[in-house]
Amino acid sequence: MTDAQATLERVTQVPGVKGSLLISGTDGLVVAERLMDGIDGRAIAALAASLVQRLDRATQQAGMPAPTFVHLRGNTGSVLAAPGRSDLVLVAVTGTDANLGLARVQMLDAVGRLA
Amino acid sequence: MSDDIKTLTTRLADEPASLAFLELGEALRRRGQLDAAYKVARGGITRYPALADAHDLLGRILGDQGDLAGAFDAWAEALRFDPMRIGALKGIAFLYFRAGDIPAALEHLRRAAEIEPDDPTIRQAMERVKGAGAAPASGPARSAPEPEAFSVEVPPPASAHAVNGTSQVNGRVDHGIMLVDGKGLRLNGTVLSPSNEDVGDRVAAELAGVSKEAARTSRLLGLGGWQAIAVESPEGNLFLVAPTPDTMLLTVRDPSLPMARLGLIAERAAREARAWLESHT
Repeated sequence: MTDAQATLERVTQVPGVKGSLLISGTDGLVVAERLMDGIDGRAIAALAASLVQRLDRATQQAGMPAPTFVHLRGNTGSVLAAPGRSDLVLVAVTGTDANLGLARVQMLDAVGRLA
Repeated sequence: MSDDIKTLTTRLADEPASLAFLELGEALRRRGQLDAAYKVARGGITRYPALADAHDLLGRILGDQGDLAGAFDAWAEALRFDPMRIGALKGIAFLYFRAGDIPAALEHLRRAAEIEPDDPTIRQAMERVKGAGAAPASGPARSAPEPEAFSVEVPPPASAHAVNGTSQVNGRVDHGIMLVDGKGLRLNGTVLSPSNEDVGDRVAAELAGVSKEAARTSRLLGLGGWQAIAVESPEGNLFLVAPTPDTMLLTVRDPSLPMARLGLIAERAAREARAWLESHT
């Protein structure tokens, strides 16, 4: 098992996490993924990358460094993103019942080790 | 000083390691001596940091003092040590309700009801929250059940987060709060950079794109509408909510403020922003 796969495995084991991906932040392509059936990794990668880029710009305009963690909360679940170095972004999709605190800690820990 | 407080104070002085601080703190709180109650509770937590009762007591005191974010943290801490702590579940449910997050309020009340199915106050609170959540346009803030429905006594929040400025609270830097329309134009408020430069217009211009991107992402991933975006950055945390479909409210605070508390502040500010928009349109 590669480092990336091990990382995704850990994140996906958090209760309520439906899947996780490692994506390229600039072009929104999937580097590695571990998703439940029926979830389109390519769509998540493209959308998450675009959202993170937008938020990165807004944060920069506020005079602050790039985001270290992003949480988009929807009506029926969330998208979590932890941008790392080397343009990689660790992304997770969760349901409403997810342990978001644990997912966040695992993701920050994992993306720090990937860097 | 009343007899019970005098007795408890003496007992605690004689046996500093006893749990008498719990009764003393509660007695002081009920008498409205909140500063004294706070000191007693803090002293107890220093001695018993893993005692859920102590954190629950602190939550009630902070709630009475109007520090709702502090109360949230204290109750969250109580639940960390005792996930079945009814008082903390009710307290957090009430805070979520005040923040307009009906699903989260109901979730905490449901957990409380599972633990104490025969407690009529929990059922009553659930019914009132559901009723408020189903109310049309007026929203939960206007049809709010009284705090007593949750069996916690929390006063109304101070309206210190109106959308019009920045300040420094409890030593934490408040980078500002700003209401932006769907075209990226600032409606009210401001945002300051860490070097105190007004960056409101520049940030507002970027937020129009963020709102569209969030809506697209949420819809295409089957998450329904988007509710909030939390962004952590080493020099500040950002929290975005949409008070109305055509506006966004950005709240920026020092990263030392926990994100969950920032979320509560932002939700409360969103209610005030809605009221502000109604009165200005």
